Amino acid sequence: MKLIIIAGPPSAGKTAVTRQIIRTFYGTKKITFLKIDVVRAFEDEELREEFGIPARKIYSGDLCPDHTGIMVLQDAISWAESERADIFIVESAGLCLRCSPYVTQSLGVVVLSAVSGMNSPLKMGPMIALADVAVVTKTDLVSQSEKEVFREKTREVAPQIDIVETNAVQGTGLRYLMRSIEALADIMDKKTITLRGIPPLGVCTICVGKRETGWQNHFGIIRKLDGADDLYRGD
Amino acid sequence: MNSCTITEITILPGHDKSGNPEQFEPIVLRPGDTISIVGPTGSGKTAFINDIEVFAQNDTSTGRTVLVNGKTPPEEIIRDPSKKPIALITQNTKCLADMTVEAFLAMHVKARRIATPDLVFETIALANQFTGEQIQAGCRISALSGGQTRALMVADAILISNAPLILLDEVENAGIFREKVIEVLKEHYKSVIFVTHDPLVSLMSDRRIVMRHGGVEKILQPEGRELHIREMVARMDATLCRFRERIRAGELLTEQGFPV
Repeated sequence: MKLIIIAGPPSAGKTAVTRQIIRTFYGTKKITFLKIDVVRAFEDEELREEFGIPARKIYSGDLCPDHTGIMVLQDAISWAESERADIFIVESAGLCLRCSPYVTQSLGVVVLSAVSGMNSPLKMGPMIALADVAVVTKTDLVSQSEKEVFREKTREVAPQIDIVETNAVQGTGLRYLMRSIEALADIMDKKTITLRGIPPLGVCTICVGKRETGWQNHFGIIRKLDGADDLYRGD
Repeated sequence: MNSCTITEITILPGHDKSGNPEQFEPIVLRPGDTISIVGPTGSGKTAFINDIEVFAQNDTSTGRTVLVNGKTPPEEIIRDPSKKPIALITQNTKCLADMTVEAFLAMHVKARRIATPDLVFETIALANQFTGEQIQAGCRISALSGGQTRALMVADAILISNAPLILLDEVENAGIFREKVIEVLKEHYKSVIFVTHDPLVSLMSDRRIVMRHGGVEKILQPEGRELHIREMVARMDATLCRFRERIRAGELLTEQGFPV
């Protein structure tokens, strides 16, 4: 079974890309789908209704959706195997741009929207840097110039990434994504699947429920406006 | 691959929405060719130019194949927009950046690594030939009208992208000087395909592709037979343009009968 992990900010077109993948392989491959979201999601119902494929969702609630994804992935793979899937697609919630839910033995796909602004690739470092393929959607809506600059910025974050430009609703240009899926190896040993990168530091005082503002009210990992680099480890 | 090495683009038939094979001879596009695509809404006009834009290899819903210089094009020119020999401008294409016209064009020039110092101003000057409302270098992109934006994108495609083939999807709605655009495209030795409902643009094209039910129904080559009507439509268009300008200027149009 092939594993595909799809990430990307909200409204970038993750589900439109998923639909195109299902359309392409429908009939030749058995596909299953899992959506991970925070409070509400409808993708599983829509895809089940449209294609009749096994699809489900999980809500992360108060937990970070990517943490949820990591927690449930082994169970989810077992479920997809029990459905005799050839391709298992996991779509993340795509909220925190620091997230990077890609794992080994899978194809990591980040879906980016060309209308999100030319600097947006620079703002979502790890989500792009650790993916195999960047699918840039809505390229039909932006000028040639912005398309070219968007591509350059994506390359700046991930020089080796495979960039696929598309109007995902119509499916133009997606042949290169489908080719990567064709070439993707099956999961070798699910027990050895690991995250590709280190997730953001998980626990800070805000995470555990302190609601005061200002670094003076927190401890552990804190951050001041001035005089700090990426992180300041306080008392 | 240098874009000027492209001498022809060939479109091979696919099938219509019912799967019936299309019956046309391969369509060959050479520099300077002007083609318009006509047909009712939903007949497959946009799908036709999308096939060209992605260099379909019998892998789109229409089953068509597009060749460059008679061969399957190299992947690089399909995938890298800065090497792609095609610029597609649709009625949805927008400049989203909140920058000045000058900074926007300079950004594109820089992305292309072009070292022509005056290219930005040449592009603005060309765009101004296409639109009645002058574009200033210091004007913000977001403040341009639809017509100005379209004029700027066409000028950008001609001079900065230097694309040998330009696809224009129903841009006539945007109020640009269509005759001037066609004339300049020919001058710069560009091929252009218009998806259009506009009589003047259709009549000014060398060839007219008629779409029906997702397939190419026929290809018309008027070869001068429409000259009389074309001239008449051009005069009517010029008259309408003058009326438009006068209405914009706040005049009352009180002539009796149809002025020439």
